[in-house]
Amino acid sequence: MILVIAENTGKKIKKSTFEALTYGKKVALEYSSPLGVLVLGSAENIDDAKLYGADNIYHWEDSRLDTLDSQVHTKIISEFAKEKGVSLLILSHSSMGKTIAGRLAIRLDAGLISGVNSLPENFQHFTVKKPVYSGKAIANYTLLTPIKIITLSSNALQPEILPAESIVEKLTGDIPSALTKVIETKTQSGSIPLPEAELVVSGGRGLKGPENWGILEDLANALGATTACSRPVADADWRPHHEHVGQTGVAIRPNLYISLGISGAIQHLAGVNNSKCIVVINKDPEAPFFKAADYGICADLFEVVPKLTEAVKKLKAENA
Amino acid sequence: MKLLVCISQTPDTTAKISFKEESTRYDESGIQFIINPYDEWYALVKAIEIVEKQGGSVTILTVGGPDTETNIRKALAIGADDAVRVNAHPEDSLFVAKQIAHYAKDNEFDIVFFGKETIDHNGSIVPSMVAELLEIPFISHANHLEIEGTQAKVSREISGGTETIQVSIPFAISAAKGMAEQRIPNMRGIMMARKKPLEVVEPTASHALVKLERFDLPAPKGKVKMIEPDNIDELVRLLHEEAKVI
Repeated sequence: MILVIAENTGKKIKKSTFEALTYGKKVALEYSSPLGVLVLGSAENIDDAKLYGADNIYHWEDSRLDTLDSQVHTKIISEFAKEKGVSLLILSHSSMGKTIAGRLAIRLDAGLISGVNSLPENFQHFTVKKPVYSGKAIANYTLLTPIKIITLSSNALQPEILPAESIVEKLTGDIPSALTKVIETKTQSGSIPLPEAELVVSGGRGLKGPENWGILEDLANALGATTACSRPVADADWRPHHEHVGQTGVAIRPNLYISLGISGAIQHLAGVNNSKCIVVINKDPEAPFFKAADYGICADLFEVVPKLTEAVKKLKAENA
Repeated sequence: MKLLVCISQTPDTTAKISFKEESTRYDESGIQFIINPYDEWYALVKAIEIVEKQGGSVTILTVGGPDTETNIRKALAIGADDAVRVNAHPEDSLFVAKQIAHYAKDNEFDIVFFGKETIDHNGSIVPSMVAELLEIPFISHANHLEIEGTQAKVSREISGGTETIQVSIPFAISAAKGMAEQRIPNMRGIMMARKKPLEVVEPTASHALVKLERFDLPAPKGKVKMIEPDNIDELVRLLHEEAKVI
């Protein structure tokens, strides 16, 4: 069996899980293997898992599993994987995946590659690609073990709807007591979290001050995009630190990254250069970011951005 | 508190990326190596802050050849007390994790620190593996840590928010931005670092479960398409029809 471990932080199965299911389905078809998904803890949208080709949905609904304890999750997942004879375990390359994938690899004596962004180039030798050196190179790894584990990069592929006759099975059993205890959870309300966002609008010092962020937010709202910023902007407290994208902040790989007034220092590029399409708006024709961009506009962003927002609204209205 | 900080050395952010031996090894010639920023700025500095406040010791561990000693001395200059170098090329995540766990097992550390990932392999695998090998709790991507007695309160980044966790020692932790602020070693630190103990140990055996086939360089980026500021509709059209991202 090929098994996807659902990412359901906040009691909701995330899009990254549907990406993992789509990936798993393509592999499962090659190997004529069933595809299962294991959901630990509450998941209000459990039925959505049926849309992406899973043959079996295993749901262990217990509030003690709503928060992640790396040892408890590892024990449950590894025992379940052994019982089901899992050959490939797929996790999202998210905070959950990064917390438990290494543990699972040790427990299952499995080869592990994290941050994978491609299907195997040939299925006989399970060779997959992952970006390294902050996106400046790609490593090709073969997993040599009977049980393989990968964590899948967000937006590595688009979820494909493929309804299956999924069998939902409820799991119960003993849950070992956890050595960690979550005492508080804070979620950012509103837009999609940066690591999962498909569209991102990001601002730099070129916006001149936090009071000018309205024009950026208008564009983001018109697009349905998440907002981000460069390091100097976060360091100056113009914007919250969780919005900082770049080498020391969040690394992202959205479909569209629009940068407003960011020069494009190498540390910033390291966090965004895996974006599928980059638009740079900057009034300095020498800004290094233009070299990494797909589309560029060399102009005063205060004049151009409101026009861009209107043009996006017009397009959305035409296609509504 | 007896603290272990695992550091890795990585090519400087601005370093050129090229490969040798049929694209299977990073070409290190002429490359400036630095301590992985997450290890240095966040994990190491946080560990030093804890010891400054409540006493104890900070031990540095790295897996690497003699060429890593410059960076080990830098970590000692920033304020660590002593260091261990496992004398081996860091082959892969499992190999490195086994070396760290092997050393840590015999030395009973209260907290084992890591950076959240290295900026070369971007794996985030080693800390979780070490925690499993040592059979201790692990908290990843921590941006805040407070210690009281044997109890710790840790905040970590989760998808779309943060959570605060209580855990008692011993545990492993990987550090992200927010945990501490970068420190520049001063002259006194640099002088003292020369005399601090640096032990070299030989590696323990590990067998590879993954094989690196080759590195590729990404396809060169096409030339940027510049759009006139008075032709914004054209940009929107291109994003919609050509790039198909909106």
